[in-house]
Amino acid sequence: MARVAPGRFVDWSAVTPQTDGPDASVYLDHAATTPVSPAAVAAMVDELSTVGNASSLHSAGRCARRAVEESREAVGAALGARPSEVLFTAGGTEADNLAVKGIFWARKSADPRRRRILVSAVEHHAVLDPAFWMAEHTGAEIVLLPVDDVGRLDVGALHAELAEHADEVALISVMWANNEVGTVQPVDEVVRAARPHGIPVHSDAVQAVAHLEVDFAASGLDAMTVSAHKLGGPVGVGALVAARGLDLTPVLHGGGQERGVRSGTVDTPAVRAFAVALTEAVARRAGEAERLAALRDELVAGVRRLVPDAVLRGPEPGPAGTPGRLPANAHFTFPGCEGDSLLYLLDSAGVQVSTGSACQAGVPQPSHVLIAMGVPEDAARGALRFSLGATSTPDDVARLLEVLPGVVERAAAAGLASAPARVGGI
Amino acid sequence: MRVLAAMSGGVDSAVAAALAVEAGHDVVGVHMALSRERDQMRSGSRGCCSIEDAGDARRAADVVGIPYYVWDLSARFEETVVADFLREYEAGRTPNPCVRCNEHIKFEALLDKATALGFDAVATGHYARVVRGAVTELHRAADAAKDQSYVLAVMGPERLERALFPLGGFASKDEVRAEAARRGLSVSAKPDSYDICFVRDGNTQGFLRDRLGSRPGEIVDSSGAVLGEHDGAYGYTVGQRKGLGIDAPAADGRPRYVLEVDAAANRVVVGAAELLSVDRITGEKSVWLADDVLAGAGADGWVEGEVQVRAHGAPVPARVRTTGDAGAEVELLGAPLRGVAAGQSLVVYRGTRVLGQATVASAHRARPASVGTRA
Repeated sequence: MARVAPGRFVDWSAVTPQTDGPDASVYLDHAATTPVSPAAVAAMVDELSTVGNASSLHSAGRCARRAVEESREAVGAALGARPSEVLFTAGGTEADNLAVKGIFWARKSADPRRRRILVSAVEHHAVLDPAFWMAEHTGAEIVLLPVDDVGRLDVGALHAELAEHADEVALISVMWANNEVGTVQPVDEVVRAARPHGIPVHSDAVQAVAHLEVDFAASGLDAMTVSAHKLGGPVGVGALVAARGLDLTPVLHGGGQERGVRSGTVDTPAVRAFAVALTEAVARRAGEAERLAALRDELVAGVRRLVPDAVLRGPEPGPAGTPGRLPANAHFTFPGCEGDSLLYLLDSAGVQVSTGSACQAGVPQPSHVLIAMGVPEDAARGALRFSLGATSTPDDVARLLEVLPGVVERAAAAGLASAPARVGGI
Repeated sequence: MRVLAAMSGGVDSAVAAALAVEAGHDVVGVHMALSRERDQMRSGSRGCCSIEDAGDARRAADVVGIPYYVWDLSARFEETVVADFLREYEAGRTPNPCVRCNEHIKFEALLDKATALGFDAVATGHYARVVRGAVTELHRAADAAKDQSYVLAVMGPERLERALFPLGGFASKDEVRAEAARRGLSVSAKPDSYDICFVRDGNTQGFLRDRLGSRPGEIVDSSGAVLGEHDGAYGYTVGQRKGLGIDAPAADGRPRYVLEVDAAANRVVVGAAELLSVDRITGEKSVWLADDVLAGAGADGWVEGEVQVRAHGAPVPARVRTTGDAGAEVELLGAPLRGVAAGQSLVVYRGTRVLGQATVASAHRARPASVGTRA
């Protein structure tokens, strides 16, 4: 039985995002999570229906181990990495934590002067928060590398930092592409800047893999994070791709699985589904990127036409093939509107979008990404992210554009109504 | 109607939302985030402000079967409730932050935003009744022990039109809990909340000291004799007896109470209990919910009813009249009241009906004390 079947694609039109609202729902939040590919579901269910711990030495264990290793090979092949460089984790957040903490501890124990963690100011919280935690608890020093007004790393600031403190740097982490505004970062320049100093570079490529060509070997990176549920796989599985020579201190200790760096029984069904989804996504990638970029351009043009004062945040989408911005991402701020009003109104009209980054309590915070780009807090409150994916169609964009003008008008009225007013009595 | 149900995460607002749905309304649940730095778990008897409470509200909305959103009203809350609370104490007055929250947050920021977004009404889990007829009237809840009309009177007539209090008719909180349990709402056994939500540990004095800093001054008697020292006059409330920190007992051996907080002089005046008694109160920033009653007042403008000056205080017979610029004048008709502080809310009732409310500006004694000073 073929464990991974690239090229055998299932019809995505059968996949419908769930809704507790209007029946005809438009899902424009693929950057939050994607529908799982039917092939990945089939692989997962198939594996779930068998027994076997990949670490066991008997027949059932060998079958599970074979599924894991075939999946590892498929993931490596899809990402331009050797199979042994693929460390399966329970998702992107764990992989980011392992990279930041594991590289920091290993580098610092080799040379105690290496205390600095260099990260871009627009990293995902899964990178920023471990870095700040390390600063608070283990004496790390965080250097937030600035970005320009479209969210692109200021490489000059990185060079300046390295010129002064290269000996003290434990690691650099710069994401491949930003999850909120879609800015593609100059990871190649970061790698070039770091290499002469022998400083390891990690990149969170969670948002990139489904839409951009990502080749770990060619990138020169030392570590890279991938997550299954951003590319048609299930939630709860991902990988840290770690170059063979990279020294990593484990974060999870136990049975010594995954090169001894990530203990815990390998989740065979999830890993198989991940491999299937990733293989499929990479095979479809070039065509999808082009299709979604065209849809996205239509969305951006439509929003600008219908809501002239909306401000596109992040890089101007270039012609197809110029990777300044993720092809499936559009991000706007709507002056005078609050993101939560816009989200509510669109949701009740059956259009599901995001205000930027999800938060566990659902309490909207001004986006650190927009703030780092120099967007004033007031404007940042009116942010909406539209992200397209495998199930997106021209009808989805048409439906959004049909309801958006009314939604923005209403949200602006609500913004006026609830703007901070006078203080005191009646 | 399209109804926005404000959901704190407590049992009352959950049942209110369920009842709004069962009444046939098109309901959406909204949890107000009033602070951006929220504790993970609830603590003490604060009932709305932790991430756990937001989670409880979300689960209640799931069970009731309505969409659920969190709206960030934290900036507005800080400005109109917390900052006002500090300013009032700093000015030697005694604020009621729940009244300010109903006035500026629930029935202004939230209600206005809801209206602009196309909602017809806001439903909350407050205990009070709205009687709709030729005039929309606000009445006490059927359960006198839970009645919250005192903190709702401030909203004024236009906003009352768009308010729904589905719990007003319940005979007791136990009945509300039973309704919650019957619907499978897991918050049915959640403890009641009492404390000021933004004072994390329930220690108001400590909160004031942290936010306003130490400002030492004198504690004096009505003759001006210095009896002790304080760390900030803002920490004292008219009528307060405990925690004065005066070592020497009074000459007559009787307890002393705070009579006056003089913010300008940073001085606290203390004295005997009967000096706290007042029978004339001047109000400001008044709001009336009974234009029909006011219109029927005599030539001198007096309207008879009862006044209540504390959330859980007893109403006392009084006559009230409006004065220029949203002022109010109150004469007590029976025994005097003790410890009426500037800044408190004064609510005027006639029976169960709320006629209006004002903020206490000042209070004094016009008639001689019925109990002589036992000097």
